[in-house]
Amino acid sequence: MKLKSFGKGGIHPNPSKLTSGMPIIEVGVSSEIRLELAESIGVPSRCIVRPGQTVSAGEMIAEAAAFVSAPVHSPVAGTVKRIEKVRDPQGFWREAVIIATEHIETAVDEVEAELSPRTQEEVDALTPKEIIDIVGDMGIVGLGGATFPTRVKLSIPEGKKAEIVILNGAECEPYLTCDETIMCGYPDRIVAGCRLIMKAVDAPKAVIGIEANKPQAIATFRRYLKGCDDIEVVKLRTRYPQGGEKQLIKAVTGREVPEGGLPVDAGAVVDNVATALAIYEAVYNRKPLTQRVVTVTGPLLRKPGNFMVKIGTTISTLIEAAGGLPEDTGKVIAGGPMMGKAMSRLDAPTTKAISGVLVLPKSMSGRHPEEPCIRCAKCVSGCPMGLEPYQMMNLSIMKRFEEIKDLHVLSCLECGCCSYVCPSHRPLLDYIRYAKQEIRKLPK
Amino acid sequence: MGVISTTVLILGGIGVIAAVVLYFVAKKFHVYENPKIAEIEELLPGANCGGCGMSGCHAFAKACAETDSLDGFNCTGAGKDIMEKISVIVGLEAKAGVRRVAVMKCHGGCEERQVVNNYDGVDSCAMEGTLYQGETDCNYGCLGRGDCVASCIFDALHIDPEIGIAVVDIDKCTGCGKCVKTCPRHLLELVPVEPDKPIVWVACMNHDKGALAMKECTLSCIGCGKCKRVCNHDAVTVDDFVAHIDPEKCVGCGECEGACPRSSIHHIGNLRPELKGNPETSDNKPAGSNEA
Repeated sequence: MKLKSFGKGGIHPNPSKLTSGMPIIEVGVSSEIRLELAESIGVPSRCIVRPGQTVSAGEMIAEAAAFVSAPVHSPVAGTVKRIEKVRDPQGFWREAVIIATEHIETAVDEVEAELSPRTQEEVDALTPKEIIDIVGDMGIVGLGGATFPTRVKLSIPEGKKAEIVILNGAECEPYLTCDETIMCGYPDRIVAGCRLIMKAVDAPKAVIGIEANKPQAIATFRRYLKGCDDIEVVKLRTRYPQGGEKQLIKAVTGREVPEGGLPVDAGAVVDNVATALAIYEAVYNRKPLTQRVVTVTGPLLRKPGNFMVKIGTTISTLIEAAGGLPEDTGKVIAGGPMMGKAMSRLDAPTTKAISGVLVLPKSMSGRHPEEPCIRCAKCVSGCPMGLEPYQMMNLSIMKRFEEIKDLHVLSCLECGCCSYVCPSHRPLLDYIRYAKQEIRKLPK
Repeated sequence: MGVISTTVLILGGIGVIAAVVLYFVAKKFHVYENPKIAEIEELLPGANCGGCGMSGCHAFAKACAETDSLDGFNCTGAGKDIMEKISVIVGLEAKAGVRRVAVMKCHGGCEERQVVNNYDGVDSCAMEGTLYQGETDCNYGCLGRGDCVASCIFDALHIDPEIGIAVVDIDKCTGCGKCVKTCPRHLLELVPVEPDKPIVWVACMNHDKGALAMKECTLSCIGCGKCKRVCNHDAVTVDDFVAHIDPEKCVGCGECEGACPRSSIHHIGNLRPELKGNPETSDNKPAGSNEA
């Protein structure tokens, strides 16, 4: 049987899923938690605590400042020490709330004890509007990496209709296994979360898209969903970037999202499986989004694994939990090897966006020397959006940004396929990203 | 014989006819251009640097020839007497334009600003800036990849190989301002050059709080405001933990440079310590009398 996939482009990198099938390990609570206020795309949230104030685990410390914004909650009980700028993994200053943890050893249990879960009857009585409000209040954002506030995604604009909910379990990035782990571990919760999304957007049907290289996850869901006809598991071809929103919609429904449009224009609402799990926790267990699963991996790490991490823990704590930084480390990457960004400092806090920490040895992380373009057009056939990366790079070097805009550069999802396939090792994506930044500065 | 003469006649005939047609067409479609424009353009450097604010040398020449007053017109690239020459051609009064040069507002070299990580991407400041904040702890300083050097058409900017940051060759700089627009960290500033007056400027743009700025670079401005307190001419402002000297108000006494605990203030030219007194209360007092 031919497996479903998107139309054009794409690559097949070595999956290197070293941590596949490993259990989720809890990382201990550190004595200090640093929570960035700009945890989601859009407007940074507004801080509502003062230094010296005590906060309980799960208490909101910053509220949404606009429609496209999400609140932030404290993952621990403790005292607000300072509100100051901290460096993110790329070294930029970000406004953050610093909380000193009390009772390090009991913090986790306290969270569990404090909350009385909603019963199934109570959940069934919730209206779509109430579900969306809970999702908003609990600070849930898209956990696939883009951190788009889920409340906004679930609020379908007037005049549009969601026909299908697609849960994104493709996890096409090499090395990362955080989604696979939760899919194997909590299929019941993910399906319950999925039903909540279906109710919120009033969609009759849902699909869970999983790449073929995760047979265990597919089998788990198929077993769990036996007899259900509203939720279907779709096995997708192992192909990068299968987990891109537009690629997934194309693979599952055969429809294309118009340029500059939303997935709902193609009748679909796409959420990551981790987001569905977070929605389940928020609605059933009244738990705000304060932790997530992060894959810490790398060929030389002593104990790579999937870790349950309190948001705000430093990245170095995570690496320590995985056995410490190996001596021959070339780069540490936030996210996967294709779309992740190299980190310049490891004392930065984790955010809701981080899905993986990849430690690469020097031999695997260096750049190849750039050579002239030989016009082989591999980048053109590799681009899943059907763009012309070589042309955009040439124009970007000449700073002709208006013309790059006419080449639909803003449709680029920065998957990195072009740079990956280029036989001359040209840094195509770097130039495209630069052009995108400059185009956003151009007068409208 | 017959073939050659026919060929010559035919081709010659075509030539004559074409010449006549072209003559009349040229007459018919002739566009009058002010001869002054060509004359002025002859004088201009032809670098098309855009320092005058026009799109290039031809546009500037055209604007000069068509204007009623030369106020505000200045070619930065051609030297100081260019406007006089142009004023002779167009027959208008012209003030000698103020010469401006670019100054570099970072001087934290490799010694002062430790490199904490290595960047191996595309060799360009703008590209490095899209990825992260740079190889040192300072988020504001020179990245040293030379985007400004590439933008300078007068060869006035270079990366000093010893300190790894850009330095301006004041003699070659024409003040066209290309580097000012290019630098992604906005480290270059145009300041006026006046005869017998030194240029004094704060060579740091670090907006972090003093304690942080101190750790990030040994030459950083920490916003302590000592320079502001010693200045009698109200030329120094401290905004967001960085001092700035207003070149219009500065008289070049050099008091601030002596007061700076971080050696962040630089000067070019001879300082004029005799001018450090307050212009209102101690106008004519000798320089030493203020110190008591």
